[in-house]
Amino acid sequence: MIVRVKLFAVARQRAGIDAVEVELPAVGATVADLRSAIVEHCPALADVLAHVKVAVNNDYAADGTAIDAKAEVALIPPVSGG
Amino acid sequence: MIALTHEPIDCNRVLASVASNDVGAVVLFLGTTREFTHGRQTESLDYECYPEMAEKKLHELEHEARHRWPVIECHIVHRLGTLKLGEASIAIAVSCPHRNDAFEAGKWLIDTIKQVVPIWKRENWSDGTTEWVHPGMGKP
Repeated sequence: MIVRVKLFAVARQRAGIDAVEVELPAVGATVADLRSAIVEHCPALADVLAHVKVAVNNDYAADGTAIDAKAEVALIPPVSGG
Repeated sequence: MIALTHEPIDCNRVLASVASNDVGAVVLFLGTTREFTHGRQTESLDYECYPEMAEKKLHELEHEARHRWPVIECHIVHRLGTLKLGEASIAIAVSCPHRNDAFEAGKWLIDTIKQVVPIWKRENWSDGTTEWVHPGMGKP
């Protein structure tokens, strides 16, 4: 399955686009798989990836969290609002 | 009540929205655009957010504050886009029957917003350079 990953702030700046699409297994894919796929697909994000959290369906997600075809996925660099 | 807006924040409207005859204390926090940070001069700030998640997290934090303190009304507004020096990026108004609860709830809200709500600021320095601010990440 193709998963679209939204990018913000420094992640968007590094990638030069506001979302990347990565291929993941249709069954059993997790946030950890997503991280690996992003490094492979978009090397420009490799060094920021260690510092970003992953959001799945608008909640912070651990590496073991499952990702299905309908999931809304985003990379969340350390926040600085307020 | 929470809001994300590209318009300047009207503090009087925020304060009016938390008024009630049950209230004995209102705390208003404003985060404003500072000119100097560690000796570097700011020209302006840009704020961007992940709108769907930022709204969800702000709602969750309002709910949690209402659970932890006897909050009568709570209004959180975060500004987006380009802010000039001195302009408010966030307003948090909390009203409670007594002041200690209002202070505590307001402090907890701003501290927690700064940790979990997906909103980011970019420094537009006076030397013409720009820099996303990502605490703990070092120089991006």
